[in-house]
Amino acid sequence: MSIQGHVFKYGANVDTDVIIPARYLNTAEPAELARHCMEDLDPSFISRVQPGDILVAGANFGCGSSREHAPVAIKASGISCVIAPSFARIFFRNAINMGLPILECTEAAEAIQNGDRVSVDFDTGRIENLTRGQTFTARPFPPFIRRIIEADGLMGTLRQLQGKGE
Amino acid sequence: MAMTLTQKILAAHAGLNAVEAGELIEAKLDLVLGNDVTAPPAIKVFEAAGLKTVFDPERIALVPDHFTPNKDIQSAEHCARMRRFARDKQLSHYYEQGEEGMGVEHVVLPENGLVAPGDAIIGADSHTCTYGALGAFATGVGSTDLAYAMATGKTWFRVPEAIRIQLSGQLKPGVTGKDVILHLIGQIGVDGALYQSLEFTGPGVAGLSMAERLTICNMAIEAGAKNGLFPVDDATRAYLAHYAPERVAKNDFTVYEADPDARYARTIQIDLAAIRQTVAFPHLPENTREIGSFDPIPVDQVVIGSCTNGRLEDLRLAAHWLKGRKVAKGLRLIILPGSQRVWREALKEGLFEIFTDAGAVVSAPTCGPCLGGHMGILAAGERCVSTTNRNFVGRMGHPKSEVYLAGVPVACASAVLGRVAGTDELDA
Repeated sequence: MSIQGHVFKYGANVDTDVIIPARYLNTAEPAELARHCMEDLDPSFISRVQPGDILVAGANFGCGSSREHAPVAIKASGISCVIAPSFARIFFRNAINMGLPILECTEAAEAIQNGDRVSVDFDTGRIENLTRGQTFTARPFPPFIRRIIEADGLMGTLRQLQGKGE
Repeated sequence: MAMTLTQKILAAHAGLNAVEAGELIEAKLDLVLGNDVTAPPAIKVFEAAGLKTVFDPERIALVPDHFTPNKDIQSAEHCARMRRFARDKQLSHYYEQGEEGMGVEHVVLPENGLVAPGDAIIGADSHTCTYGALGAFATGVGSTDLAYAMATGKTWFRVPEAIRIQLSGQLKPGVTGKDVILHLIGQIGVDGALYQSLEFTGPGVAGLSMAERLTICNMAIEAGAKNGLFPVDDATRAYLAHYAPERVAKNDFTVYEADPDARYARTIQIDLAAIRQTVAFPHLPENTREIGSFDPIPVDQVVIGSCTNGRLEDLRLAAHWLKGRKVAKGLRLIILPGSQRVWREALKEGLFEIFTDAGAVVSAPTCGPCLGGHMGILAAGERCVSTTNRNFVGRMGHPKSEVYLAGVPVACASAVLGRVAGTDELDA
């Protein structure tokens, strides 16, 4: 499975309050959450993001709250993948559970620039910067994580199992 | 194989003799927690999966605290959904507004006797790590993990390595547990303990009250930690005897100790006597400065409360510093008792009279302004000194507002002086 898109690049410690401010947590609807995604960090993000685009950021992406609304908002905004040197641990877990692909890769996160066109192959962990002709390798997802991503999240895998009558 | 305290608890809950850092395990849970922000999506997932029953109605706590008393129609709908689920599944630990036992989740769970040493607890709230103060393993998760845990009573963990925080000495008067954890976060950064445990130990532990340990563990997540953890001692046992007499009577808890030869990622020494009143400047908890090391900063609002500093001890401390003093003209001081029990005790002890005389407003127990929900939202350009746990951009309101995190004494001094200030600057 691979994706391709333009990059939105941000700094370190992008927290869950700027990903989706708590004042909007009185809803859990993905489309509504997406309308406010990154609002307090980059108000123009939501008007510019295109389906397939990629978030690249500094270390400790997603720090702060346990709100699953954060990866839900990012995914519903159209973002196909987040690349950072490290992720806050609850965000890491939530992103996988929500089927939002995330890759830890310090070199890629540092070298890729805002607006670059990048492709990512989740099976191999290969990250290619098509704008600058650079290639990076992140640790690929193990098979069970790939299944979760492909099933659109943890509950998707449960539905698949139930569909098979297992 | 030698294990840390966290590893001991996790091994026991995974039914294993030993675990090591990095290992993936499935663990049985003693308690599973959700609130009015995180439980509704979990309930949706639970029902969408066709699940009918929870693993144990005695071991799930659902606490409406973030946007309660309901701040708007959507919040009311979320709370209603959670209330229906709690009734339908006959959950023992669902707390309604005004009921004894109700309040901010991380204040009420220990107060209600639901947390004891050796427990393994997950909560769909990042500050679930608070319970490490009682020698329990407790960590935050998201709503889907909550749904799975409500159904099965289990979850998976990657076994963390630990940072050992070796405490010595004793806090100086006016310096609190909040200053200790802010100092530590300032030292190691907001990702300084990412994926790791913070295990507190050493001769300095004995001098820290349970309220201070709860505050310290509460903010372990602000250093990126999976959990914070204190060893069990006389203070823990006294706390349990008071708040969890049933579990004490049944001897329904297990005290674990780290192996003496356990391996740590690193050890950090902290001399408590050297810690001074500390403030975290906008917009990260790691931006710490000691009182006295910066130019005057005018303040519009002060908030005292939250799962970090909304306990009875915090309110007593606030009363101590506010007694006979007045809030600065034009400044708003909002005090939020952390639970119905704290509220009642504070009333009984006459603390509200002191607060009212000082010119403060006292709220019902709620998370409220801490996460920019309600009950004290900031306008553009406004500054707030707050005893809460996060000062991210837009955390308490407008993205151009500012939050300065501090302990209760600094919050009181700032309220009286109208600027970010320490208690040394108050007139005797």
